Amino acid sequence: MEDGRKPIIQLIDVVKFFKQQKVLDKVSLTVREGTTMVIVGGSGQGKSVLLKHMLGLLKPDEGKVLVFGMDMAGISKKELKEVRQEYGVLFQNVALFDSMTVFDNVALPLRERTRLSEAEIRTQVEEKLAMMDLEGNDEKFPAQLSGGMKKRVGLARALILNPRIVFFDEPTTGLDVTRSNEIYRLFYKTQAQLKYTAVIVSHDVPKIFKLADYVALVAGGKIQECLTPEDFQLSENPAIKSFVKETMGPIYSSEEEEMGFYEADQR
Amino acid sequence: MGIFLFHCFLGIIKPPYKIGPVIRQINFIGARSLFVILFTGAFTGMVLALQGYYALRKVGSEGFLGSAVGLSLIRELGPVLTALMVVGRAGSAICAEIGIMRNSEQIDALECMAIDPHKYLMAPKFLAGIISLPLLTFVFDVIGIFGGYLVGVGLFGVNEGAYFQGMYSSVDWRDIHMGIVKSLVFGLLIIWIAAAKGYFLHYERSGGFGAEGVSRTTTNAVVLSSVTILVWNYLITAILL
Ligand SMILES: Nc1ncnc2c1ncn2[C@@H]1O[C@H](COP(=O)(O)OP(=O)(O)OP(=O)(O)O)[C@@H](O)[C@H]1O
Ligand SMILES: [Mg+2]
Repeated sequence: MEDGRKPIIQLIDVVKFFKQQKVLDKVSLTVREGTTMVIVGGSGQGKSVLLKHMLGLLKPDEGKVLVFGMDMAGISKKELKEVRQEYGVLFQNVALFDSMTVFDNVALPLRERTRLSEAEIRTQVEEKLAMMDLEGNDEKFPAQLSGGMKKRVGLARALILNPRIVFFDEPTTGLDVTRSNEIYRLFYKTQAQLKYTAVIVSHDVPKIFKLADYVALVAGGKIQECLTPEDFQLSENPAIKSFVKETMGPIYSSEEEEMGFYEADQR
Repeated sequence: MGIFLFHCFLGIIKPPYKIGPVIRQINFIGARSLFVILFTGAFTGMVLALQGYYALRKVGSEGFLGSAVGLSLIRELGPVLTALMVVGRAGSAICAEIGIMRNSEQIDALECMAIDPHKYLMAPKFLAGIISLPLLTFVFDVIGIFGGYLVGVGLFGVNEGAYFQGMYSSVDWRDIHMGIVKSLVFGLLIIWIAAAKGYFLHYERSGGFGAEGVSRTTTNAVVLSSVTILVWNYLITAILL
């Protein structure tokens, strides 16, 4: 996949063990500036672990993670902080600050990282919350929100500082179809505006493909292949083929087959 | 743990300085412990007077009651008991709070927002601990002395003038100095142990997982802090005497 755009994140032969379990086995992946990389794969295959390497939260046992050409394992605390100032992150479990209100959660990056006045912060936060359809929930605590609402608060918090790179771990899991469509439209719009680079982990295949410039499948501790969505669906790689068949099968199969599929379930 | 402390100090030193979080922590560590301190201080002073009176009466020197109560409070019991009370109230709460934040990836989230948890979370707690402990100890001492007065003078009829005069003449600057040093050191130790235990929850040998991990680590932190306080109490006494 030749592409003129500058690589921003490069994983080079990353190996990661948890005790005896080899989760990542020589994973290499390049994310280029201004593109959207979608990472798909079965549950427990190491997608979130992969993402945490890019965030610098986990260190590879072997291999390298380069962000802006700097080795995440070798840089100083200060440089790491500078790299992360460009990040906007949504964790899989959202990780909202549970003793702060929704408003304070979204306002925190502004309060700690900028010198804006409280009034300016209020306008910006209200705007982001409105974008996520969360008006009137400012004073609630995370424990008082539904799962999908938490995701949306997390997204608002991740986007509040207009980051250059965003990492979303399953941004639409737990959202209804309308909402997730809206979120996708929003991603599309904001990316067109802000030109950020995005790394999105998602199970929402095939819908997420519309957003993707590249799709990478994680299976068996490896990136099976990293292709454009069109090529991905036509790939001859057996792992990708079976993934595509599993996830997109029912849509393309005839109605009878689908009936059979559900009836088999009921029996 | 040493590196952790170092980063926390950097967090305190580095601008920008925010006073709001420190005040909130002082309120939590200091002000909310006040009632417990008043209560324990009063009873400690009272029991000191009670014991002291019976001991001193045997040698016929009840007049020294004031100085006995004052000295033991200011030099030993004030700082130590205050610190132990704060461990029970605030130390455990801080350890649990940070531990839960670690467990639910909230600390990772802070880091990924390029917000230094040492500065944002820890620095206000350290400052509040170092400010609150001497103040609480002062309150404890004063209340304890009045508790002793109540029992000694009120109950046993020791001469009022002798109680305060004896205290006044025997307590000198060095005793107060020792009390202050102790309370400062204890303040630092309490927050250090509680915060570090919570922060490094994921490195706990027994595994810091879930609710049980947090509760076990919190218990460990309380026990460790209490023991450390008593050891350091001895060390400081030995050095400063
Ligand atoms: N901190 C950890 N300690 C030990 N093992 C871990 C740790 N984090 C992840 N793992 C293991 O790594 C593997 C991959 O986990 P990961 O969370 O990356 O899966 P995933 O692909 O994100 O799955 P899902 O789609 O369900 O989120 C799992 O087998 C998991 O048990
Ligand atoms: Mg995951």
